[in-house]
Amino acid sequence: MIWLDTIVQGILLGGLYALFAAGLSLVFGIMRLVNLAHGDLIVMGAYLILTIVSVLGINPFLAALIAMPIMFALGWLLQRVVLNRVLGPDILPPLLVTFGLSIVLQNALLEGFSADSQRIGAGLLETASWNLGPVTVGIMPVLTFASAILVIVGLNQLFYRTSLGRAFRATSDDPVTASLMGIKPAGVFAMATGIAMIVVTIAALYLGMRANFDPTIGPARLIYAFEAVIIGGLGSLWGTLAGGIIIGVAQTLGAAVSPEWQILAGHVAFLVVLLIKPRGLFPRAYD
Amino acid sequence: MTLLETQNLTAHYGDFQALFGVDIRLEAGQTIAIIGANGAGKTTLMRSIAGVLRNAPGMIRYDGTAIGALPADEVMAMGVSMVPEGRKLFPSLSVEENLLVGTYGRKIVGHWSLDTVYRLFPILREKRHVPGTALSGGQQQMVAIGRALMSNPRVLLCDEISLGLAPVVIRDIYAALPEIQSSGASVIVVEQDIGQAMKVASTVYCMMEGRVTLSGAPGTLSRGAIHAAYFGAHA
Ligand SMILES: Nc1ncnc2c1ncn2[C@@H]1O[C@H](COP(=O)(O)OP(=O)(O)O)[C@@H](O)[C@H]1O
Ligand SMILES: [Mg+2]
Repeated sequence: MIWLDTIVQGILLGGLYALFAAGLSLVFGIMRLVNLAHGDLIVMGAYLILTIVSVLGINPFLAALIAMPIMFALGWLLQRVVLNRVLGPDILPPLLVTFGLSIVLQNALLEGFSADSQRIGAGLLETASWNLGPVTVGIMPVLTFASAILVIVGLNQLFYRTSLGRAFRATSDDPVTASLMGIKPAGVFAMATGIAMIVVTIAALYLGMRANFDPTIGPARLIYAFEAVIIGGLGSLWGTLAGGIIIGVAQTLGAAVSPEWQILAGHVAFLVVLLIKPRGLFPRAYD
Repeated sequence: MTLLETQNLTAHYGDFQALFGVDIRLEAGQTIAIIGANGAGKTTLMRSIAGVLRNAPGMIRYDGTAIGALPADEVMAMGVSMVPEGRKLFPSLSVEENLLVGTYGRKIVGHWSLDTVYRLFPILREKRHVPGTALSGGQQQMVAIGRALMSNPRVLLCDEISLGLAPVVIRDIYAALPEIQSSGASVIVVEQDIGQAMKVASTVYCMMEGRVTLSGAPGTLSRGAIHAAYFGAHA
């Protein structure tokens, strides 16, 4: 039953990738902005949580709760002060600006925290596991996966059940007509990036508790996030989860064959899905 | 009392000038019509008033305030609501959500609510969970009108609400006008169809090539004068 175990681990790993990707998917879905600094923002979030943990001496989950409003405010400001100015019919300026932001963040983190790798200590949780007959699952991967589901359910509730969610979708459809309804697109975009940063904080918590991180690992997380979003179909959060699971399963299967195949197998799965369904698994009906 | 007026309004798209000093006036409680051929500048005038196009502040005055330079969301919050040309429903929103989004920027209690809009256009209640864009053209126009009414506007701008619709459907839609007027909204209708405009408006402005070429009460305007103002003297 080694295969079953491998697949279950892969599915759970997909939860982590979905968490990396959900914020990216949210922002892209609402304002067609590809944030190349997304991975670095996750790493920044991990350092913020780490700092709160060591300064206040509290549990990382509590520290993440404290980090959330700070990250929301940073995202809101980033959108208001920088990104809103470069959004427009031309897609190049936002790419260049977020690419620059990525480099600035990496260097600032290097300056502030050195290149030493760090980890957010989670005590017993790090090694605790459940034995479920044929498979044994770590508590941490299960928590990660459950958090990904909660994040997606929460974001979908926000999108489809609240007036802010209607404003998000209306602005995504047609910002000019949305402004005729009294919606301020600049304000809606700032809210969206703020909310994406709350999701980034949750991703950062698990990134930091599950493995070592250092200031340079952001872009590699961004790639997995990207692949998950694109496989899933742009703008669909459940699609993003499915995309994350496909990459996760491909990676654990690859690793089971031979450890050096882990990363490559994920990328190959990405390409295969795109070959079969070029618009992703759950594309939006129109665009 | 004058509720809304434009004074020497000019508008540009880049280097191209679309309006050359337009003056119109809407009295409280009145319905006026803007007529003119395709390209005359009617939509540009509506977009200027609504704040989609920004102008010098004093070029548009609403309820005593210079609003020419305000963005669309602020103009809407003050009570000026628009049914845009081409309806412009939000494709990812259902009929009901399209209506609800109309109250996003202005939560004023008044005659209009989901319930009264559904009573005005009963078919929309049946279709309320369907995506707005899955409806027929006339039904979509009803959604666009309902969406603009949901904020209980004081001024309703209707840009070519009969465009592309069959005569019976146009009649159904215009049948809603009396209730809209009695809810307290003053209305500007933009039409290419002269007959429709003459029936509902107390003042008609005819536009051509970015200028008002004729205005007055429908009864006072001769057929020949309208023809000349609409198509130009050479037509
Ligand atoms: N977005 C735009 N960019 C450039 N020119 C425009 C734009 N919209 C309208 N125009 C031009 O402005 C003039 C007036 O157009 P419009 O206000 O749409 O007229 P109408 O609504 O009376 O048909 C036309 O000559 C049209 O070609
Ligand atoms: Mg027009």
